[in-house]
Amino acid sequence: MNRRPVWEEKPGLVGLVGKGVVLAFLVLAVLLPLWSVLVTSLASRETINATGGMVFRPREFDPSAYLTIFSGGEISRAVWVSTMISVGGTAVSLTLTVLAAWGLSRPGSLGHRPLLFLFLLTFLIYPGLVPSYLVVTGLGLKDSLWSLILPTAISAFNLVVVRAFFMNVPSELIDSARIDGAGEWRILLRIILPLSKAVVAVVGLFYAVGYWNAYFNSVLYIDTSSKWPIQRVLQTYILGGQSPHVTGNVPINIPGVNAYPPSLAVKMAVVVVTVVPALIVYPFVQRYFTKGVLTGAVKG
Amino acid sequence: MTAPAALLVIVFHYVPTLGNIIAFQDYNPFVGDNPLESFLNSEWIGFGNFQTLFEDPDFWDSVRNTLSITLFQLIFFFPLPIFLAILLNSVLSPRIRGFVQSVVYLPHFFSWVLVVTFFVQMLGGAGLLATEMRQAGIEPWNIMANPHIFIFVVTSEAIWKDLGWGTIVFLAALSAIDTTLYEAAAADGAGRWRRLWHITLPGLRPVIVLLLILRLGDALSVGFEQYILQREAVGRQAAEVLDTFVYYQAIVPQQWGLGAAAGLFKGAVGLILILVANKAAHKMGEPGVYSRS
Repeated sequence: MNRRPVWEEKPGLVGLVGKGVVLAFLVLAVLLPLWSVLVTSLASRETINATGGMVFRPREFDPSAYLTIFSGGEISRAVWVSTMISVGGTAVSLTLTVLAAWGLSRPGSLGHRPLLFLFLLTFLIYPGLVPSYLVVTGLGLKDSLWSLILPTAISAFNLVVVRAFFMNVPSELIDSARIDGAGEWRILLRIILPLSKAVVAVVGLFYAVGYWNAYFNSVLYIDTSSKWPIQRVLQTYILGGQSPHVTGNVPINIPGVNAYPPSLAVKMAVVVVTVVPALIVYPFVQRYFTKGVLTGAVKG
Repeated sequence: MTAPAALLVIVFHYVPTLGNIIAFQDYNPFVGDNPLESFLNSEWIGFGNFQTLFEDPDFWDSVRNTLSITLFQLIFFFPLPIFLAILLNSVLSPRIRGFVQSVVYLPHFFSWVLVVTFFVQMLGGAGLLATEMRQAGIEPWNIMANPHIFIFVVTSEAIWKDLGWGTIVFLAALSAIDTTLYEAAAADGAGRWRRLWHITLPGLRPVIVLLLILRLGDALSVGFEQYILQREAVGRQAAEVLDTFVYYQAIVPQQWGLGAAAGLFKGAVGLILILVANKAAHKMGEPGVYSRS
């Protein structure tokens, strides 16, 4: 508990209650929808029919919707596609961003100023949808998963954050390593990166979440539905109102499990599956938010 | 080491930027084997595309929708993270503050598809609110399919997604304010509200101005996926913004020159807005986004 400074007035009752109400409202506004979606995804047909739609009060634990979507078929495939894009894309983005940030963090490296300018100018210039579309299709990337990675692989913001962090590494450290005979690669891998775990973790999270959440580029570039990422599938089924074809028409056959779970439960299970990766990664990286991003941004 | 990243940025950012030149062409993808060849063989028509665009009432509708939404969000969304940051900063218990922060940052990491899905499942015709109302014997509203309140809905969605995240930068600015200022002011008899007005808000001013400039530069983009996802439910009249106009009037019917003209219009206006806003910030004695030092 932080101590209240002596000069500060004690808050009035109205102020305290007001604060509490506002904060509780904000927390509930985020948590209640998540709760209702989770409960509905685990609800049985009887419960869903009884409420006529979304369920709020849990009555049972029926995992058949999850078993259905993971028994093969469209949803499993979309999760796999999105996982590949997120993992592969983040690897590409992080590698290129770290390399570029390292190159740009040493004043005096070749073309240091114009190259930095090249990245910074992307903040101000908007290339437009049509020419971007023509370039991507012109490179033969239409209907290739690379079209979901390469155009968005470099974020100038992330680059600037990483660069600012690298510039704070004391140059004595680098000079002494150099005197001991370490080359550029060894300095980057053995000295700079271990010191920059926080910022690399945060930037990696930003890239990964960006890839996992990307929707519109798949509308533009991916025609084959077997290559659709999870966001596209979610949109088709929930906002587009189609029913999921989850199991390739073979009902699951597990004793005690409903072979035909209600379609609303299946849809909500897809929502949960789409939310979960963010929930898993979030706590690990959250503690680095202020440390990583803000030091980078403030001193940039 | 910078080369691979620079190459990607050139290919996927600067080549398309130059490619906007097809706005002055009757670009035809079938006069060459690839976009470059088609570009070289297409006919130049001067400002023809811009003329078609500016005579299209649908285009102006989309510009009007975009600007109304920007203005609406500037008034009803922009100040909220500042208030929330000040409120969070005044919470003394680090445990409560940390918990609230963890929860309200979270929706920032959800995709627009998810955010819209949550809103539809909560407030839509078959959502939680509607089912609860039906059970209570009240005729439910369908909030998500009503074009008249669409602007409130999209703003609520944006607030739900990014209110918490928006506080981070203000919290950082708040922690940078020298606490002895507060102490001295309190000793001189300044109350809570006067300290807020004379110390806290001036301390936040550079950050507020910076974010305002960035938002102005983006006045013509209100987000893309959010609108494309809901356009069908509420109809074109309410949900067509500049970006969706380009998608539906250019990419879908393959009117490339027209789409490039609309994109170029948007890019040019955005660039001018940000330069003007930055200039204004300099005049007011603020550092702004960049300075010439």
